[in-house]
Amino acid sequence: MATNKNSYITELVEHYGRSRTSLMPILQGVIEKNNFISDHDMTDIARELDLSAAQVYGTATFYSFLDTEPRGEYIIRVCKTITCDMHGKRQIIQTIEDMLKIKAGETTPNKKFTLLETNCLGWCHEGPAMLINEKPFSGLTPEKVHDILSEYMHK
Amino acid sequence: MSETKLKRVDLIFGEYSNVKYKVLTDTIKRSNDEILDDLLESGLRGRGGAGFPTAMKWRLTSQSPSAEKYVICNADEGEPGTFKDREILTRVPRKVLSGMAICGKVIGAQRGYIYLRGEYKFLLPDLMKEIETYNEHAKSIGLDFPIEVRLGSGAYICGEESALFESMEGNRGEPRNKPPYPTTSGYMGKPTVINNVETFVNVMMIMRLGPVQFKLLGTTDSRGSKVFSVSGDTPIPGIYELELGMPLDRFVDEFGDGDTKAVQVGGASGFCVPRKKFKDTVIGFEGVPTGGSMMLFNSSRSMYNVLHNYLEFFEEESCGQCTPCRVGCQQLRKGIEAVKKGDKKSLYLDQLLKLSESMKLTAKCGLGQSVANSFSSIVYNFKEEMIY
Repeated sequence: MATNKNSYITELVEHYGRSRTSLMPILQGVIEKNNFISDHDMTDIARELDLSAAQVYGTATFYSFLDTEPRGEYIIRVCKTITCDMHGKRQIIQTIEDMLKIKAGETTPNKKFTLLETNCLGWCHEGPAMLINEKPFSGLTPEKVHDILSEYMHK
Repeated sequence: MSETKLKRVDLIFGEYSNVKYKVLTDTIKRSNDEILDDLLESGLRGRGGAGFPTAMKWRLTSQSPSAEKYVICNADEGEPGTFKDREILTRVPRKVLSGMAICGKVIGAQRGYIYLRGEYKFLLPDLMKEIETYNEHAKSIGLDFPIEVRLGSGAYICGEESALFESMEGNRGEPRNKPPYPTTSGYMGKPTVINNVETFVNVMMIMRLGPVQFKLLGTTDSRGSKVFSVSGDTPIPGIYELELGMPLDRFVDEFGDGDTKAVQVGGASGFCVPRKKFKDTVIGFEGVPTGGSMMLFNSSRSMYNVLHNYLEFFEEESCGQCTPCRVGCQQLRKGIEAVKKGDKKSLYLDQLLKLSESMKLTAKCGLGQSVANSFSSIVYNFKEEMIY
């Protein structure tokens, strides 16, 4: 399929180089730009790096932060591992679900937020914790989450 | 009360020397053998959890004939209950870089990488600034060993060293067969030293203090101090640097909430120690080893829920490459659910224990092999909670 290549792929490939070791940084670069990696992007990257599309797909789908389906502008990942779970993760998810009117795993219709659960974020002493894109928030309470999210909703 | 206080140590997070990279500058003037002898003398063992003697790892790699070698700092800290590496990289990144550079000189590596987990991407701007300072300094003292960062993307398994190499090479993070070990064939198939963040800091501190002073801390089998990540049911969660080789009951006296029923030592892949065994359990390589994760549970917690949470974690984080781990993790979770619901008799737990033992023997890497640690220690010690 001869389609137009997205210019950011060319930029990333030129920045990181055309070797297999550049694959992760390139995929991460696409995520930074679009929050997900499309099939189209994967075939383009494969062509640029002289890999099969299956190899790129294989790598991309292995990593939980390399999303291969469309995500919102802000991806919220709430930690569900043991200490966050013990300290009220459920209420945190509930609060976010109520505010955004979506369930965990879903994206808001306006494509602004995606809510996901994730494994240990490394904030066990200050749980519950979450990431919004790459920014961590810890010591969460439903009230605190409400404030944080309200701010993002107005962004 | 005061004599029960555990000895606090200030090695890892202690202040930098006044002169930037002084220890590094001084150390690279010494011979490789001198440095290795000091490390050997110090008794330092890896701080990631497995506890391999650092001096031996470095010596083996330095003896591997290859023009190309690498030093990798494993900052893919993902074990539930562990958050010390984030703290170390935030507060004392210079010590980490110094340790890596000393390693680079000793083994004759051309380049160092920090593999930072994607969850810690927010650390990157500050870390890059320090790395820039380091790279300039290294050049100025004639050390040809630049360091760069590679990011992970949310896969626990990439903390396993060979999976980490695969990830850096652009592949799925699937562990390799061992041998060959990284000392002969690591990143890009070249001899590689891969150490935990904290291990590199320890190296740097041994160079600063000398092995004799370092050895004053800890016990014969567990030299030095360790950064502990304390979480769960404790009034004082956080990061603590303590001497290795302490008995668990003293730890619980200090960090527990007075109602501690169990302590998970070493994270989800470690061991769960019940109250009756606190007294006889030593934290260290001679007892229960830990990468630093200490999670306390009080009597309000259901150990079934705890185990269930771990198993879900492993099920998701298993790379799926080998059958014992891919299928085993699922079956263990389904199994305890069936027993809890009454669909299976309680004797079924014995079969599940056997399954976890099989995983220990047959899984390809440490993930599948260590599921049995938490599984059997929780099922044995809290059987009633699994059934009723």
